[in-house]
Amino acid sequence: MRLDYTEEDKAFREEVRSFLAEKLPAHISKAVKAGRMPAREDYITWQRILNEKGWSVHSWPKEYGGSGFTPFQKHIFEEECVKAGAPELPPFGLNMLGPVLIAFGSEEQKAHYLPRILNCDDWWCQGYSEPGSGSDLASLKTKAVREGDHYIVNGQKTWTTMGQYADWIFCLVRTSNQGKPQEGISFLLIDLNTPGVEMRPIITIEGGHEVNEVFFQDVKVPVENLVGEENKGWTYAKYLLQHERVGIAGVAAAKEGLKKLKRIAAETDAGDGTKLIDDPAFAERIANVELDLMAMELTNLRVLAQAQAGGAPGAESSMLKIKGSVIRQEISDLLRRAVGPYALPFMPELELPGANEEPIGPEGANSYAGHYFNRRKYSIYGGSNEIQRNIISKMILGL
Amino acid sequence: MDFNLSEDHTLLKDMVARFVRQKYDFETRDKIIKSEAGYSAEIWGELAELGLVAAVLPERVGGLGGTGIDIMVVMEELGRGIVVEPFLATAVLGAGLLAEEDAKGRGPALLDNVVAGEHLLAFAHYEPGARYNADVVETALTADGSGFKLSGAKSVVINGGQADTLIVSAKGPNGRALVLVSRDAAGVSLRNYKTHDGFSAAEVQFEGVAVSADDILLEGQAAEDATSRAIARATFALCAESLGAMENARDATLEYLRTRTQFGVPIGKFQVLQHRMVDMCLEIEQARSIVLLAASKLESDEREKHLSAAKALVGRIGRMVAEEAVQMHGGIGVTWELLLAHVAKRLVMIDHYFGDTDYHLKRFQKLSRAA
Repeated sequence: MRLDYTEEDKAFREEVRSFLAEKLPAHISKAVKAGRMPAREDYITWQRILNEKGWSVHSWPKEYGGSGFTPFQKHIFEEECVKAGAPELPPFGLNMLGPVLIAFGSEEQKAHYLPRILNCDDWWCQGYSEPGSGSDLASLKTKAVREGDHYIVNGQKTWTTMGQYADWIFCLVRTSNQGKPQEGISFLLIDLNTPGVEMRPIITIEGGHEVNEVFFQDVKVPVENLVGEENKGWTYAKYLLQHERVGIAGVAAAKEGLKKLKRIAAETDAGDGTKLIDDPAFAERIANVELDLMAMELTNLRVLAQAQAGGAPGAESSMLKIKGSVIRQEISDLLRRAVGPYALPFMPELELPGANEEPIGPEGANSYAGHYFNRRKYSIYGGSNEIQRNIISKMILGL
Repeated sequence: MDFNLSEDHTLLKDMVARFVRQKYDFETRDKIIKSEAGYSAEIWGELAELGLVAAVLPERVGGLGGTGIDIMVVMEELGRGIVVEPFLATAVLGAGLLAEEDAKGRGPALLDNVVAGEHLLAFAHYEPGARYNADVVETALTADGSGFKLSGAKSVVINGGQADTLIVSAKGPNGRALVLVSRDAAGVSLRNYKTHDGFSAAEVQFEGVAVSADDILLEGQAAEDATSRAIARATFALCAESLGAMENARDATLEYLRTRTQFGVPIGKFQVLQHRMVDMCLEIEQARSIVLLAASKLESDEREKHLSAAKALVGRIGRMVAEEAVQMHGGIGVTWELLLAHVAKRLVMIDHYFGDTDYHLKRFQKLSRAA
């Protein structure tokens, strides 16, 4: 047993570091490090830089343009990207639709869509959840009826992340009411410019706009936009959900958050002439989350090692999702606490790119409460932590 | 022992509850928190007309009570409705200070207008970088000709930008002083902003603001004692407000568990959610008890210990209730369009006023060591 990285891994880390130092545009990393959402063009710029190097996606086979990274290399790459302040590439085309097309798409679909995904010529978004179908996804109702060479789509999708930036949406639609709910679902690609599609923003708890609802009214979709077979969409959807999600634990992001938290605790006046980090109660809160994070980092590496050896990570990713979300939420809670009364000011204009207004109190302080409220989503989206526990108890424990 | 509200308190509670129910729906509130003013002059006028400011003032100054239970009854209902009107700043803090027994100068005469809802107040006390330490007062009141001048800075002053008159704490020639300053007086500069919980606050600078002897409300030990009492009342008021907000979150979540269907059944049928809901209810009962205890000690020499106990526990439970309620609502719980999201924000942000859980837990340790 050895718990350190190999020489090859270390050399790889150096290579990634110097690549990032050279290629990552400073204005983008500055925004990311300040906790702001990058602009649409910034994501595209960064994805194209990565694509040129062949590093934009790791979940695809090399012949389709995947990086060919080993699981450990992916992990190292992610860690260095977060450290450098690179934006996390939107996963919808690269890590969600791409693998499904590679596994189940037609040759025409692969030839047309995959290069466009790699270069972000099309921005994809996800059409899975519906207002009445959250945890119980298979109950979805958005209907696609075949009429000649088209499907006519009617219904509503929700929680469509970054939909306001998207050109296309991949949707789960109901094409049959026969049999079990899972048996009548198809996987359809829809151009968002088609008449009858309407995207409306959902403003989240802290006042931000990252998710949307999408309405479909008599939307005509060519039959060649069906992926795989009709009524087999649930299989593809599950493939997508089960597909190994790199970095689901968010270890790298949590480590950056912890670093920031310690810096702020060391800089913040406790109000009695000492610094916050010298307050035993606050120091204990930090220490507790740090222990959790240290352990989770190794748990994550253990799962990666299993993947490296060829074992498919299954329900383990549920474990990482639960621990990872709770740890990141805890760090966001401590950041909010750390700045005391300066967590109160609601200054959304400071979050905008190019904001030059002075914050109230220390730099960054006014955004921590907003981040804390926004991060409640971690334990809800992508299958709530309750659903993840159901998966673990069924798949790992056999209960 | 009798834990029932008196007839008068029941009437007061029902009146506030009815007003909030009828006049303060989600759309009304959303419009108010997005408005430039940050509160509704109309609703504030109506609340004053209902006698809410008078309700938290002692009879000595023409008030209707001003006991812990009076504050609790009003604040709990305002909390249940997530009301963002300037009640804490104007009635609890400001009017409370004007009603102090030793208050002098032009201050006490302002009370009638304040009670009528025609004059807003703010207590400008905490200073930049002092965090939750209420003892730090560097703002200086110095002799200047026949009068005085005031210089210094105050931070996160609740409703500072809306107040007609600021009550400013300062270091004066005779020790601590509480001074009345008009918001638009020469030398006062304000940076007004909204807070994450829908309220308003301001950073305030005083640069050589002219102050007359008539503007001095309290001095010396009396000013220090009045400051402690004002902060105590406000801390207590926030605990009671939090309790109302918790009950709102509880009721909304219970309703959601009963009506949201997934996998063919209401999600409240799942045991894991049942137990979490039960835990939330247990904690809220604990919160009610600690708030009641603090109410009963508000005029006693054990006041500070019980306030720290209440604020620390309410802070801890408030966070738990907010997080659990959001989690059990799922995605809809993190959207602006749901009142619960705003309830959750208020519950969590209450911890950032007048000392958070950590601050009060530490303070409680010191105060409870003796007995």
